[in-house]
Amino acid sequence: MFMKKVALAAILATTSTMAYADGHGCSINARVSIVGNEFPAIQTVGAGAQECSGAEVTTNLTADHQKINVAGMSGNPAEYTSAIIANSSIVALMNEDVIRPLDDLVAKHGDGIKPNQLITINGKVMAVAFMANAQHLVYRADLLEKAGLEVPTTYEDMLAAAKVLRDQGLAENPVGGAYKAGWNLAQEFNNMFLGYGGSHFKDGSAEPNVNSEAGIKALEMMKALSEYMNPDFLTHDSNATNAEFRAGNVAVMNMWGSRAATMTDAEGVPQEVVDGFAIAGPMTVGGGSIPASTLWWDGWTVAKNISDEEAEATFIAMKHAIRPEILEDEEVAKQAVWLIDGYEPTEAAVGVFAAAQANTIPYPMLPYMGLMHTALGAELTDFMNGSESAEQALADVEAAYTAAAKEKGFLQ
Amino acid sequence: MKHRTFFWFFLPTALAMLVFIAAPLVSIIMQSVFVPHEAVLIESENCGPFGCTKSTTVDQEATAQLRADQPLGRFVGFDIYKDRGHLATAEVGNAWRSSDSFGDFFSALGNLPFYRSLAFTLTYTFVCTPLLIMLGFAIAVGVNSLNKAVKGFVIFFSLLPMIVTPLVGALVLFWMVDSRGILGNFLSYLANDPTLSLKASTPLMWISLIVYGIWSSAPFAFVVFYAGLQTVPQDTLESAQIDGATRWQQIRYVIIPHLMPLVTFVALIQLMDNFRVFEPIIGFSAEAHATSLSWIIFNDLGGETRQLTAAATTSVLTVIGVAILLSPVLVRTWRDFKGKAH
Repeated sequence: MFMKKVALAAILATTSTMAYADGHGCSINARVSIVGNEFPAIQTVGAGAQECSGAEVTTNLTADHQKINVAGMSGNPAEYTSAIIANSSIVALMNEDVIRPLDDLVAKHGDGIKPNQLITINGKVMAVAFMANAQHLVYRADLLEKAGLEVPTTYEDMLAAAKVLRDQGLAENPVGGAYKAGWNLAQEFNNMFLGYGGSHFKDGSAEPNVNSEAGIKALEMMKALSEYMNPDFLTHDSNATNAEFRAGNVAVMNMWGSRAATMTDAEGVPQEVVDGFAIAGPMTVGGGSIPASTLWWDGWTVAKNISDEEAEATFIAMKHAIRPEILEDEEVAKQAVWLIDGYEPTEAAVGVFAAAQANTIPYPMLPYMGLMHTALGAELTDFMNGSESAEQALADVEAAYTAAAKEKGFLQ
Repeated sequence: MKHRTFFWFFLPTALAMLVFIAAPLVSIIMQSVFVPHEAVLIESENCGPFGCTKSTTVDQEATAQLRADQPLGRFVGFDIYKDRGHLATAEVGNAWRSSDSFGDFFSALGNLPFYRSLAFTLTYTFVCTPLLIMLGFAIAVGVNSLNKAVKGFVIFFSLLPMIVTPLVGALVLFWMVDSRGILGNFLSYLANDPTLSLKASTPLMWISLIVYGIWSSAPFAFVVFYAGLQTVPQDTLESAQIDGATRWQQIRYVIIPHLMPLVTFVALIQLMDNFRVFEPIIGFSAEAHATSLSWIIFNDLGGETRQLTAAATTSVLTVIGVAILLSPVLVRTWRDFKGKAH
């Protein structure tokens, strides 16, 4: 009798764990540890991976993820088994050789992942993308209407609109922009520079090429826009710029698609901001046809310096986190432009879709682009402050980049 | 003390110094003279959601081979010390030859990241240190003359800036000086200029950072001086009073000379601390207006592509800077020691 009870209890216990595992459809047998950025869609993916049972799944989602992911994956065994990255940040992981090719795992567990989600570099799958992103216009339809303005489609329109909005007293500083010294400022330059037809490097080499006509025009346009921004613009990152918009101080701005959807969800946003909030595609500049923006994907990778069991568990958990069923939740569906099978574009996605349709250039995935981005972020501030000419600032960028590229062995 | 006894007393300290001071020093010096191997770049085809593009990527197999052959990387000697990101010898030479005046030369220097951050670091160090010593001393004298009932409370209150985490303290002040913050608004009301923004002006940003530096470090000086005040010989003080010395004369001729060794101590510690200024720059998002040597290290390590050698080189230069700053004090200590030995 006793034995029977024990057996029964054991059977019950196993079936209940099975049921539990079935309920989430994900069971793993080795640790998973994720590092990544923190915006709503990535938080969803992190939480999705944590639904897996059988082993511990930890996440470290922070805006500083790029400062820690290479270091956290360089050890053996690596601290992080997966890094959620974008087309810019995968380069650092590739350069340091800390992520593993996923071809075998895709073959074994990859059903349900669409082919265009697979990021292949030289024929090897190195990451699985789950969302697309781009910066595009968000604006206050109510303010533009009051001022009798059309929705701007070029930066020149935006500048003209800003003047009207200020002159009519509708907004003191109508333009928003993530112009914080460093990464953000450099990214806004990249957008504008590509919009003017610039290219960061001389053909097929690591030689810098930003001190050009396109570079000077890009800087001049940024400077002109900054006259209509909050004077503290060099300290405003995406979060601070969003706060300005939510507070009703900003009427037009270039913002990330991944942040646009949840723009007015925060507490305490005035009703006119909620009602007037609208999204449009990215703008062009200088008569160009390609938008002054860049296309991005966000995806996940698997660390190289971990055991095969951990790699497999990581792949299973991450795949579970981006399974098509997550889109059934409406909140999740509008968090991003998902690349997942079955995604129906929501209203919040028009900006990113417009960017993709207008042949926006993807952010360059070059081994030395990170150094260029850092140099831009550090050296353009003097021009934006008004203490240096555009030519001098761009010459400084090239000099700073060259010194860094020589150190890293990209230039002789 | 017998040499033997001294040895056993000193051993734990020596071991700790070896592990926590000597080893990291050796490590940064090594890292500053080696750079990564020349990148073996190959053309690649990258595919993703936006189609396929021809691109460039690092040939991992070839690089792995290079790394296995020479794990430390390429030896470059002092090349990185001399490059534009650090001492910029070539650029400084050019600036010297092409400048008509010292003004031109210094503005050319100010365009180089190392010298620009050195300018702020030194200004910050030499303005903050004396001011915080004076403020700390004033607080200590003030608190010392308070009646017992309120003393404890005032001491706790005066120590608060030191208890607050530096980054948090900097952020608090950052939001207060925001153009919509309480201090920022007040200042723009005082200046009668609604567009006044502390964060948009380099001189005002420097002043904010220095004010923060004094605010956050004054409690340290206060604690040290307050402890020192408890040891002031009462006889001397009383005889000064009998001689009719005013309160100011008592401070000037009795208390300050008595506390002088402590002033040297506080100055020493604060020179070192202020030379490493970092948190307020991050907290104030002041990168556009003020950078420090420590900030350069952080920035080199924080980019999408980490520059280990550049960071190590700036670290070595920072250590040398601290050594130079402290040398007058060290020389004096050494002389005192020699004096006592005789």
